[in-house]
Amino acid sequence: MINGRVWKYGDNINTDVIFPGKYTYTITDPTQIARYALENLDKNFAKQVKKGDIIVAGENFGCGSSREQAVTCLKYAGISAILAKSFARIFFRNCINQGLYVIECRDAVNKIENGEEITIDFQKGTIISKKGTFAFPPLPDNILEILKDGGLIEHIRNNVKFQNPNINSSPKSKC
Amino acid sequence: MAIDQKMGKTFAEKILALKSVGSTGILPVNAGEIVTVSPDIIMSHDNSAAISGIFKKIGIFRVMNPEKVVIILDHCVPPATEKYAENHKIIREFVRQQDIKNFYDINTGVCHQVLPEKGYALPGTLILGSDSHTTTYGAFGAFAAGIGRTETAALWATDQLWLKCPQTIKIIITGKLKEFVTPKDIILYIIGDLGADGVLYKAVEFTGETIANMSISGRMTLCNMSAEMGAKIAYCEPDDKTKDWLANHNILTSELCPPTSDPDAEYEKILEYNIDNLEPQIACPHTVDNVRPVKEVQGTKFHQALIGTCTNGRIEDLEIAANILAGKKIAKDIRLLIFPASIEVYKDALKLGILEKLINSGAVIMNPGCGPCLGAHQGILAPGEVCISTANRNFKGRMGCEDAEIYLASPSTVAASAIKGEIIDPRELSF
Ligand code: SF4
Repeated sequence: MINGRVWKYGDNINTDVIFPGKYTYTITDPTQIARYALENLDKNFAKQVKKGDIIVAGENFGCGSSREQAVTCLKYAGISAILAKSFARIFFRNCINQGLYVIECRDAVNKIENGEEITIDFQKGTIISKKGTFAFPPLPDNILEILKDGGLIEHIRNNVKFQNPNINSSPKSKC
Repeated sequence: MAIDQKMGKTFAEKILALKSVGSTGILPVNAGEIVTVSPDIIMSHDNSAAISGIFKKIGIFRVMNPEKVVIILDHCVPPATEKYAENHKIIREFVRQQDIKNFYDINTGVCHQVLPEKGYALPGTLILGSDSHTTTYGAFGAFAAGIGRTETAALWATDQLWLKCPQTIKIIITGKLKEFVTPKDIILYIIGDLGADGVLYKAVEFTGETIANMSISGRMTLCNMSAEMGAKIAYCEPDDKTKDWLANHNILTSELCPPTSDPDAEYEKILEYNIDNLEPQIACPHTVDNVRPVKEVQGTKFHQALIGTCTNGRIEDLEIAANILAGKKIAKDIRLLIFPASIEVYKDALKLGILEKLINSGAVIMNPGCGPCLGAHQGILAPGEVCISTANRNFKGRMGCEDAEIYLASPSTVAASAIKGEIIDPRELSF
């Protein structure tokens, strides 16, 4: 369950306005990366965003490059979830694999206004806003677990011992 | 969730149900649902060095199922710099340590050609590859999708990954290709029509009489380039042509019975194209969906021509080019590079006399591999230069130089243009 202020944007927000390509090889520290989040879209965002805030956006959010920093910058800026009409494929995967909640719900996006406070219940699959409650198909348990662990790599670190029978055998040294 | 038992299933829905972890194959999967799958094959190439770095960070020692891992060195072979050489070295050591048997060194070819040739791309298999053109194997009736490096490392560690089951778009193609018009022109035309995000996240099924009559090589070109309109996977239903291809490559398929789409499956869209009057097509700089008939850019000067890569480096493609170039010379002020897609293609081209014809026309025959396709080596462009290529991407800087331009076309168009010294519709070259 999360609760936060809404930052509302339109359709086709691409990875270049989320995190400019010119920084991809020069700025690598996550807290630094967060300072440039949405630089080309909304100059106030990085200054005013608070931990737990939620992005609400239109179609095809995160289109463009596959750069993972587009997710990292939002996550470290404090964003707790992104609610959109639809997501670009790689961005959607990157979000889950880096532990950032993503929800698709057209109805809710149409009604929710910029600046309002909303509550999202992931277990139940509901969004509570001024305009009422909206339902979305809850994410499967295994995806929720990846998100709870904070991303795919962390999730494997927490769980792999139970799955991989080879975990304790050390590598063969042949070289 | 209510499940309508009467509704037919698409190939994508069926295969993900079959390959989902712990599944008996009976549990239905619907488009839009997320499932955890265990793939049949996990492919990666020169990026395996970076992936092994991420793998080590996870903190486990052994790849869970080394027999599923296929690694092919192709992107910069032989290495052009110390950095690339070191990458290859890291990969060879990792492969040895982890007992990865399915490793192909720099003398084999481009991953998307080698994987089918070695018998990994079988009908009804689930293949995840750390490369965007992994969609190619759909030509054999596989579910083959590109994934990221982190995800590949995760697969090495756990043999599992989540996937969202895509909606399917059916593309029916009818009609007969005219002389000098090829499957490359079909897919360029469709990408131009639908746009770079035309089938974003979707599964694309190619069907219709044109596909039924099309060679596997042509189907591979279609599936390969579907990535350029955003497809998650591309797919052609396996048929006798698929079986023959596999048999000719000594790949055993006797007991294969792959799932196929039901006649009443639910498609998001059905699109139809008739290609009876299709003209040669060309993608102009700097996006793949900037497609026009070749005639419209006829007369454009260029400096380098390239025939090859995973899109059009097969024997059929080289043969088309050799037939056009036989007994002729390429224009004085241009250079022509040929990259056979694999060593098998190279050997066949040698046997059939194709390489000799190409060499005599003035072409340079390169070793199998990606060549300059991604801008690493072997034919980088200089500022202000223009290249006409049979590859699949023409983004700014793709061949190494930001101030160069790339046109994408079929082997016929590239070969004819190489003779003329400027872009020309192959039907207009007087033979
Ligand atoms: S030939 Fe080009 S498109 Fe194909 S795998 Fe190599 S770099 Fe990628």
